Amino acid sequence: MTSLRVYIIRRILLSIPMMLILLSVVFVVLRVAGDPVSAILGGHAPLEEIERIRRQLGLDKPLYIQYIDYLSSLIRLDLGRSMIWGQRPVLTEILEHFPATLELSISAFTFSVLLGVFTGVLSARRHNRLTDRIIRLYGIITYSIFIPWFGLILQLIFGVYLGWLPISGRSDPGMAPQTITGLYVLDSILTMNLPSLIDSIRHLILPTITLGIYLSGIYTRLTRTHMIEVLQSDFIRAARARGLSERTVIYKHALKNAFIPILTMMGLQFALLLAGAVLTETTFSWPGMGYFLYERISYRDFTTIQGTIVFIAALIVLISLIVDIIYVYIDPRIRY
Amino acid sequence: MANLTIPRMIMSGLSRLSLRRGAERLFVVAGLAIILAFVFMAILAPVIAPYDPNKTGVGRLYESPNPRFPMGTDRLGRDILSRVIWGSRIVLIVTLSSMALSSICGVILGLISGYVGGKLDTVLSLFMDSLYAFPGLILAIALAVMLGQGIMPVIVSLTVVYVPIYFRMIRGEVLSVKESLFVEAARAVGANGRTLIFKYIFPNVIPSIPIVLSLNAADAVLTLAALSFLGLGLPAHIPDWGFDLRMGYGALTAKIWWPGTFPGLMIVLLTLGFSLFGEGLAEILNPKLSRR
Amino acid sequence: MSQLLKIEGLSVHYYTEDGIVRAVDKVDFLMNRGETIGLVGESGSGKSTFGLAILRLVPPPGRIVGGKIIFDGTELTSLDEREMQKIRGRRISMVFQDPTTSLDPLMKVGDHLVETIMAHENVTREEAKERALKMLEQVGIRPERFGDYPHQFSGGMRQRVGIALALALNPDLVIADEPTSSLDVIVQFQILDLMKRLKELYDMGMILVTHDISIVPGIADRIALMYAGQLIELADVNSFFDEPLHPYGKALLESVPNIQFSDQKLKYILGNPPDLINPPRGCRFSPRCPYATERCRREEPPMINVGSDRLVKCFRY
Repeated sequence: MTSLRVYIIRRILLSIPMMLILLSVVFVVLRVAGDPVSAILGGHAPLEEIERIRRQLGLDKPLYIQYIDYLSSLIRLDLGRSMIWGQRPVLTEILEHFPATLELSISAFTFSVLLGVFTGVLSARRHNRLTDRIIRLYGIITYSIFIPWFGLILQLIFGVYLGWLPISGRSDPGMAPQTITGLYVLDSILTMNLPSLIDSIRHLILPTITLGIYLSGIYTRLTRTHMIEVLQSDFIRAARARGLSERTVIYKHALKNAFIPILTMMGLQFALLLAGAVLTETTFSWPGMGYFLYERISYRDFTTIQGTIVFIAALIVLISLIVDIIYVYIDPRIRY
Repeated sequence: MANLTIPRMIMSGLSRLSLRRGAERLFVVAGLAIILAFVFMAILAPVIAPYDPNKTGVGRLYESPNPRFPMGTDRLGRDILSRVIWGSRIVLIVTLSSMALSSICGVILGLISGYVGGKLDTVLSLFMDSLYAFPGLILAIALAVMLGQGIMPVIVSLTVVYVPIYFRMIRGEVLSVKESLFVEAARAVGANGRTLIFKYIFPNVIPSIPIVLSLNAADAVLTLAALSFLGLGLPAHIPDWGFDLRMGYGALTAKIWWPGTFPGLMIVLLTLGFSLFGEGLAEILNPKLSRR
Repeated sequence: MSQLLKIEGLSVHYYTEDGIVRAVDKVDFLMNRGETIGLVGESGSGKSTFGLAILRLVPPPGRIVGGKIIFDGTELTSLDEREMQKIRGRRISMVFQDPTTSLDPLMKVGDHLVETIMAHENVTREEAKERALKMLEQVGIRPERFGDYPHQFSGGMRQRVGIALALALNPDLVIADEPTSSLDVIVQFQILDLMKRLKELYDMGMILVTHDISIVPGIADRIALMYAGQLIELADVNSFFDEPLHPYGKALLESVPNIQFSDQKLKYILGNPPDLINPPRGCRFSPRCPYATERCRREEPPMINVGSDRLVKCFRY
């Protein structure tokens, strides 16, 4: 299986230029597209202030030197320091907020895949009948949902009017579990803290549904498309001819084959997930990276904004790498 | 047994046939109707809006929906219905402008890049692919932050986000046409670049363009709304759905639901209009999936 | 009971956007245990649909619209899906035309067999695996290849796997739908030979569906000729090849090129295959038949028994 190892190594090496290009794009957008200083100060500041900030951020140097400084600090994993409060290292602050986003992402992603795949399979099996049409419409509608609005409606119904679920934050005061991983649900389980577990889950429900339904539309459509295609294949007919039960045919054979392109899409959908997370977090005051970014934007904290976007770029490259590797493991046609 | 089941099956078969074609057409028509409704709303705003959208205190603060203010008033006593009607203007202006700009830029760049090839093509594609890999919203946020507030900066931000899509589409088409045999033949007979472009490349691409435009427009409406929701981009004096939705969160716990719900609903409806139109068109022009 | 399969008035229609395709039109058929029938017809004659219909696997928009299929005393058309599943693979099985696409690309070849065995019989995984290995050996595949994936095999080997799958549970009837059409000529011989040996070994009934009439002698006992969705001749193989009765059969045999007479002009059948949405009135072959009369064009001929179990659907007899 050395060809497999070669592929993995090659793929990892490929990530480096990918990363470089993305970082350069971020650089172009953040330094070249506009003037960072006026973005920070708003254009009406005294001259000394402008000069001070220019020097502080190294913006008085020629562009190519800025680029080299930028890259060299990134290689050292130095994302700079925040421009507000105690000027803490950006990376530290990002990492503090990362677990919250991770928890929300995992939760919403799982929900969306399950919902999407299930409805997609249902839609494919009832191809061209009423259920199919309704589910197709559902796919289009979910794609058009504006997360802040949908979140608002859910908050109104379940939080304000029915009072069943909390409408913001990750936990009620004092209920957060002891930090081991930073994922509240997991930590609650690990520390066997039942009240904390319930509280964390309750807070997680609405944001998960909001983001999850929005993301599920893509999976519904993809699953449906590929399932319809696969269900018309010869090997499915052959499987039925061997007397296998319908459930085996659909889930063990058809879905597994339809799943491969879906898996690739999951990797590409990661970008959408992040964007959605930003909106979901601001809607629900969920203290993750997205909320953090929003907060710092309102404070015009340039270095933090830059650092967060760089971090996001790195995440994208990493996830795309992981998905590609998983893909290779799953499809035997590539392996052998 | 045979004689009874055949007519029954024919009937069900026929009804299924017409239903299938009907659904796609319904989507397209419904979508178009929604889009046009908003366009008219935007154009006729000065006429149909009952109040000045920016005038504070036309009603009491946070009046719930009533005959005088069908959508209620907001925290500054402004009529929400008027704000919603006027809000359609900026959304359509920004969306349609950025769609036009991004498609033109994307197509031109794609044509040049694909046709010329070489280093230019490599660099340009790499750049476009990277832009494309970035989450649209994040990119838009970064650009909006850098370019500052204002209508033009927002249009530019959105344009940049969508250019890669058109670029890739056209470039792909150019490349495949470049390689194909009948182009070799055409060249042998002396056809020049312009003929190639208009006779071969465009016809293959034209059917997809309205679909892509429509779906991108849907995305643009959401992205624009997201930017305003986050407080970026548009200046405060322009009535805007996303911003109003944000403000609507303020009084949520007091069960004051209307300042946020109505503007948000408009966002969803307009997006839905573009989506339905685009998706319906896509199904009609790609009958592969509808058949069998 | 030696009568294995009895089909009465079977009709299968496809409800397409262009109209109702009468793929199989009121076909009567009879078959005994251990017999091999060569079901021959051109593309669109309905022969594949016929085979699928027996297993009730006609894909939508097709449906069995009439008739009865009686297999070993049981009326298949009246069974529900679950009962049908018990029959498929176990008592009636199918070998498909394209071995490349009839195996699940994500599942190991051996597992296909194990899965099939375990779906029908109450055995452990190990027992199923043993039987699978034995089956693979029977079709000429080495046991080391049990854990390989379909794409690692050649076309001929994959078809052997298909045969192993069809025979794994010792069915009474095997429907082979163009089993050799996607293989090259040399491999075709091997596969047909294999099928013949196994058929005799297990004493199975077989319906060999094909468009290539030349593979029928040597393996089939009887030949069933299909045209435009109808059965037009049913005869013992030797009698048929000695003297085909139906004009279509005659023309078919004459059009097969014979390598010994290399200066022969290529004979072919005039006209086009019939439109199954609007088939010709009367005898469906009449537009292309050199012996057609007015009566042929007006009336549909019945199936005429010309003696010794030989049936022809033609007015000339």
